[in-house]
Amino acid sequence: MNLLGKLTWSAIPFDQPIVMAATGGMVGAVVLILGWITLKGHWPYLWREWITSVDHKRIGVMYCVLALIMLLRGFADAIMMRSQQAMAAGGAQGYLPPEHFDQVFSAHGTIMIFFMAMPFVIGMMNFVVPLQLGVRDMAFPTLNSVALGLTASGILLTNVSLAVGEFAKTGWVAYPPLSELQYSPGVGVDYYLWALQISGIGTLLTGINFVTTILKTRAPGMGYMRMPVFCWTALASNLLMVAAFPVLTATFAMLLLDRYLGFHFFSTDAQGNPMMYVNLFWVWGHPEVYILILPAFGIFSEVIATFSGKPLFGYRSMVAATMVICVLSFLVWLHHFFTMGASADVNGFFGVMTMIIAVPTGVKVFNWLFTMYGGRVRFTVPVLWSIGFMVTFVIGGMTGVLTAVPPADFQLHNSVFLVAHFHNVIIGGVVFGLMAGFNYWFPKALGFRLDERWGKAAFWCWLIGFYVAFMPLYVLGLMGMTRRLQHYDVLSWRPWLLVAAAGAGIILVGIVCQVVQLVVSIRAREKLHVAADPWNGRTLEWSTASPPPAWNYAILPQVAGRDAFWIRKKLAHAGQGQQPQLSKYQPIEMPRSSATGFVTAFFAVVTGFALIWHIWWMAAFGILGAFGTLLVFAFREKEEIEIPAERISEFNHAHQAEVVL
Amino acid sequence: MRRSLTLVFFLVAATLGGCSEGILDPKGPIAVAERQILFNSLGIMLAIVIPTILATLIVAFWFRSSNARARYLPDFTYSGRLEILVWSIPAMTVLLVGGVAWLGAHDLDPRRPISSTVKPVSVQVVSLDWKWLFIYPDKGIASVNRLVVPVGVPISFQLTSSGVMNSFFVPQLGGQIYTMSGMTTQLQLQADHSGSYPGLSAQFSGDGFADMRFIVDAVPAEQFEQWVSATRNDGPVLDPQTYSDLAKPSEAVAPFTYRKVAPNLFNGIILGSGMQSGDPLCSTDPASQRAER
Repeated sequence: MNLLGKLTWSAIPFDQPIVMAATGGMVGAVVLILGWITLKGHWPYLWREWITSVDHKRIGVMYCVLALIMLLRGFADAIMMRSQQAMAAGGAQGYLPPEHFDQVFSAHGTIMIFFMAMPFVIGMMNFVVPLQLGVRDMAFPTLNSVALGLTASGILLTNVSLAVGEFAKTGWVAYPPLSELQYSPGVGVDYYLWALQISGIGTLLTGINFVTTILKTRAPGMGYMRMPVFCWTALASNLLMVAAFPVLTATFAMLLLDRYLGFHFFSTDAQGNPMMYVNLFWVWGHPEVYILILPAFGIFSEVIATFSGKPLFGYRSMVAATMVICVLSFLVWLHHFFTMGASADVNGFFGVMTMIIAVPTGVKVFNWLFTMYGGRVRFTVPVLWSIGFMVTFVIGGMTGVLTAVPPADFQLHNSVFLVAHFHNVIIGGVVFGLMAGFNYWFPKALGFRLDERWGKAAFWCWLIGFYVAFMPLYVLGLMGMTRRLQHYDVLSWRPWLLVAAAGAGIILVGIVCQVVQLVVSIRAREKLHVAADPWNGRTLEWSTASPPPAWNYAILPQVAGRDAFWIRKKLAHAGQGQQPQLSKYQPIEMPRSSATGFVTAFFAVVTGFALIWHIWWMAAFGILGAFGTLLVFAFREKEEIEIPAERISEFNHAHQAEVVL
Repeated sequence: MRRSLTLVFFLVAATLGGCSEGILDPKGPIAVAERQILFNSLGIMLAIVIPTILATLIVAFWFRSSNARARYLPDFTYSGRLEILVWSIPAMTVLLVGGVAWLGAHDLDPRRPISSTVKPVSVQVVSLDWKWLFIYPDKGIASVNRLVVPVGVPISFQLTSSGVMNSFFVPQLGGQIYTMSGMTTQLQLQADHSGSYPGLSAQFSGDGFADMRFIVDAVPAEQFEQWVSATRNDGPVLDPQTYSDLAKPSEAVAPFTYRKVAPNLFNGIILGSGMQSGDPLCSTDPASQRAER
């Protein structure tokens, strides 16, 4: 019996210089960072304050760090694809052979959706939602840390596939029969499936955690119709996670049974049906789009209201639109495959449903417009991202509705027009939203602002780069170019692909600007230091110190209406504000730090890796270990620590000048 | 900047009609109708999208905090009339485009026969790793990677796949349809002008996908008949044995023809998975053909 299953030295692609160089770079960077941490003796601090932390703010920051790193990884894939297609015209084959190119575009999609956009959105919600709700933590703090660990495990497995074995060569959707064992016998699809199974469980746990937090733990006085819109969008997004992710998990479980135990759910023989996979995948996949975009809508709502110095226009409309989108998102999945041959009635129904979902989205755009109307718009970096979003997203929405018309989709499906469309809404919507949120809440998280000039430079590069990179793809789609082509013969496509590659280059400059912005801001953090409320904010998170203490609020805020902090500031200004008694702090109980998340992640990686390589003893060890971790956690004796009143009082005295009461 | 780029994009898109290929240069009734639907929907939406973009930029610019002339209306947060307006504008747009979508889905249902006085030509399409097989059941011939069709005659396609999913797509003749193993899909196309039109697979199907291209030669009816009889006189015979050879993965296959096709071969390919293991068609087990890395 082979102790290491399918794993041999030949799993490492020593013969492929590009892969080995990428691997070397990645391993080198990791070794450098770990070495630096060791040299500086930061491990105890990292372990105590971050890795074992169950503080929602710390977890949120860690999610965002993961997402930013994965943005770089996924963008490297994008640059490879753009340069390959810029080269491989006519008889040329470019520098990426098909078996490598296929992995690159599969990894790009998987990483950008699951390991960039998702952690970024979840990180943002983690940091902001409890603060906006005026509470001290999530409903299940340790579960939160476990969810982070599982997401990180999926990320780790996906990146290990670069060095050990291969990644899926099926596209990020992994449709069977191509993803079945007979057509994809390698470990690539297994890496894909196990990485997403593990991180998918993490996402489900996150969803449960947020839904509970938002429904059950809000500051006194904060009724549903007083919640900030970002919390509403977070609620909708997490409801979708809870409802949609189990579908993905079950679908992947069936594909895994096909691949590991010879089942026939999606095979072409023995009455298997691959069409079922395509349906189930998109029953998850379309709500996923809204899981990502709804929180971005929430961010824009906060940013535009704050920087216009006005409450959000049409709050109730916004809430209604959000929840309508939440429900309708489950009724449109078939528009991802109008070309499968369903009847005209079915195609027509899903086409019309898809357009109906554009109505509440349009409402939101108009409401942001009217929020700015009569406001005093300050053109800060978050506002630039927001306006860039409004313009770009409207175009992306239009091309989306265009592809929702079945006969038009017959022509546009799987073309690079489609690629341009979903990048138009994901970059122009989700990424722009996350960048707006990143610049907006960064001072709250770390106590200093991000440099404004580099932030603006980054925005303009991203915006122009986006248009230069993706408008040519719209044109190419109309010219009949389909996606995922490793090379092509039509020379008239080439100029457009060269322009698109240049656009990717401009976006690269934007990303460099963002890295520089971070470095410059960290170095000038003394100068960029901010108090509690740098933007003249409206919601509760701006009423506590920057960064907030572990307990968020020394005294839980009393909410008197929408824009709770704005109301309080107005009352204080009029001399009617009630100053809380500074001396009367009560001790606060906070959840204890726990290594549960980290240990669970460790066993998840072990289990995933073992299952991918058929190392059964190791898989058993991993599963038992994870179960043992659960038992240890379940039988814990102490779950909370008490923060003494003196410490709270001390903190508030030190930050008194900053905390606006 | 943004606006001008957008404008450039649509200008370019509009002038692309002059290009020698693509869906904006249709050569048959289906493609023409689909392009019309594309333009109609685009027109309806541009009527609302362009004003929205302009309004966004104008409002944001006018109400900038440094503009002393702009009125500050901190309490302008709700207006019942505006609410009705903001819900009804997108709703009206969607009503129009939705109508286009519903009617279009029925008029251009890929299964719906093209109304014509001429009897359609039947073609059975099989996507293989990584090439296309076209069987003419009424003529008893077949070709690989080259589809010859008579001009002005509806072509009625039945499509399936030998294994993985592909999508049969001839942009200038009309929209695509998936090919899936063990089942058939249908598609109706027609070429109104003679010429050579590129065809391709639009659904990623593995390493040889990029070369899964074919040529559609639309020729006048009498030339088509000449081609059919010429084909009948030359080339190999397509039977289960030669099919299983053909089904083995290969890339960038130059077009060739079969002079004769075994009867019911297409149905055999569809039922392939359910056949006895002694049958030659079943020897095309791709597991043995796609080598493990």
